[in-house]
Amino acid sequence: MDENIPRVTPRESATFDEYTRSEIRRAASTGIYDIRGGGAKRHLPNFDDLLFLGASISRYPLEGYRERCGTDVTLGGLNASKPLELKIPITIAGMSFGSLSGQAKESLGRGANLAGTSTTTGDGGMTPEERGHSKQLVYQYLPSRYGMNPDDLRKADAIEIVVGQGAKPGGGGMLMGQKINDRVAEMRSLPKGIDQRSACRHPDWTGPDDLEIKILELREITNWEKPIYVKVAGSRPYYDTALAVKAGADVVVLDGMQGGTAATQNVFIEHVGQPTLACVRPAVQALQDLDMHRKVQLIVSGGIRNGADVAKAMALGADAVAVGSAALIALGDNDPRYEAEYNKLGSTAGAYDAWHLGHDPAGITTQEPELASRLDPVAAGRRLANYLKVMTLEAQTIARACGKNHLHNLEPEDLCALTVEAAAMAGVPLAGTSWIPGQTPY
Amino acid sequence: MNTMDFQEVGLREINRSLQAVESLTNNREWTIENPMGQHAIACGITAPLSVHIKGNVGFYCAGMNQQAEVIIDGHAGVGLAENMMSGVVRVKGNASQSAGATGHGGLLVIEGDASSRCGISMKGIDIVVGGSVGHMSAFMGQIGHMVVCGDAGEALGDSIYEAKLYVAGSVESLGADCTEKEMTAEHEQALADLLERSQINKSVQSFRRYGSARKLYNFDIDHADEY
Repeated sequence: MDENIPRVTPRESATFDEYTRSEIRRAASTGIYDIRGGGAKRHLPNFDDLLFLGASISRYPLEGYRERCGTDVTLGGLNASKPLELKIPITIAGMSFGSLSGQAKESLGRGANLAGTSTTTGDGGMTPEERGHSKQLVYQYLPSRYGMNPDDLRKADAIEIVVGQGAKPGGGGMLMGQKINDRVAEMRSLPKGIDQRSACRHPDWTGPDDLEIKILELREITNWEKPIYVKVAGSRPYYDTALAVKAGADVVVLDGMQGGTAATQNVFIEHVGQPTLACVRPAVQALQDLDMHRKVQLIVSGGIRNGADVAKAMALGADAVAVGSAALIALGDNDPRYEAEYNKLGSTAGAYDAWHLGHDPAGITTQEPELASRLDPVAAGRRLANYLKVMTLEAQTIARACGKNHLHNLEPEDLCALTVEAAAMAGVPLAGTSWIPGQTPY
Repeated sequence: MNTMDFQEVGLREINRSLQAVESLTNNREWTIENPMGQHAIACGITAPLSVHIKGNVGFYCAGMNQQAEVIIDGHAGVGLAENMMSGVVRVKGNASQSAGATGHGGLLVIEGDASSRCGISMKGIDIVVGGSVGHMSAFMGQIGHMVVCGDAGEALGDSIYEAKLYVAGSVESLGADCTEKEMTAEHEQALADLLERSQINKSVQSFRRYGSARKLYNFDIDHADEY
């Protein structure tokens, strides 16, 4: 080769980039699809694509830290005689004992208690420790019905019928055998060490008419005391919200595709469902069309990270949000202090997502006693409480700047969008214009 | 004996009354008249009552039952005795889909036929069907027994775990990972006990046993076609 001839710089394929090639090699080597925890990692239109306008001459702001800006929320007052009264509109999303260590579940309960909010069970049922450490506990009623027990149903403060999950709309779950120790196996009525499949559909109802009767049964069993939530994935938010309301839900929980999972196929997480940002307005529209907005509460989840996200979700019409992945990070998930151990597992802090394998150095997504004991529930609960309070303060800061004396008074008119896509999804004007794609002429 | 007429008092009053009875009460005999095929009747009972429902019932009758004996003098809709924990539920007629779904314990007797998905995700319940069961019965059955004196529809025991199935008649097809298994003296005794408790007169020798082949318990790509 003539070294005097200039050579072009070697160029990698944008289509077959390094990540893609590594996944092809992994699939070819193992013959198994990639399973992981967490939510969608790809870039998606999200709440960062929205901005608050703030107050000026046409609207005046409230004095920061001096003038009151309320944060409380009541969930489930439509039909339940004992609705949930939360101090802040940020709840802890459903995560199971089994996928999480007992210490992690206790930490979530402790943190939620300190912040004045609720936590939620997951697949596998309610543990006594979880009930004991959570002043306000939402009991998930899932397709698998693992650990489903009417005594626990009565002990709960609310019941969440899980229809779908943002990470996997239409999909079931799988708790790998490695995480099935004696206690998890007993709670789920299955042998130790085998993969535990969670069904994708409920075993005794198949549509909205059946769901209405199922809700009736749950209310009858719990003396019409408990709020009934219906959780749907961000799939067809308008129709799913409308059908949940028609079936009699007190609260609709809407989980976008950034919402996490304990273990699901990567292809499912990244390619099924809609971004949270795109789900909120259609759901709110459904509630408004049925004259149920603010009567049936809407909880939005999936990628909520900070007070700005909270405020934006609420400005679009949500009554509250739920956090899962962010709560785990607050506890210590993917903490750089464990970098050396993440490296040994072939990952790095910030990217560790092999939650299904149960070797979590942070002691959160594991059932290994030595690892789980690393997490101090008191300290981790304190961190979670701090994080929840910071998010609340951030949301209040924004709300006051918009002249609102309660987070619920935030409205779409407080927002603009940075991109055409976000403007269309959120139904707010593109920044610098009055244009809402699909609604107003440019 | 306490008698409640559904037409007169309605669902809430019936369930409130049954759920309010203390476990140690002597006031155990209850009759419900004119159930009119309504839903969620006698669900969530926690005491050892004897409840006699005189007529057809809708969805989720005796749902999540604990300790009570509930007898239905008619047919039952979807999800009969779903997630039952203990006690006995007996329907003298037929039962619709998902009878005994996810039941954790107790005995469910269906003297007639049961529709599809009978015993779906069963977790310890014993189910005895005098007639036949529809397709996908005992789907993902975890623990417990299902006895079918008639025939079973297609995909019996699909994705089954450790539930034990006994069928006297024909099986249209077995589901993924379900296989015929040896009937030992121990199994015959368990089957005889279930039939006796169910008050169903059927020869143990006429049954064949089915259960999990346990090939799908841990994911293996070479079994992907079976999922």
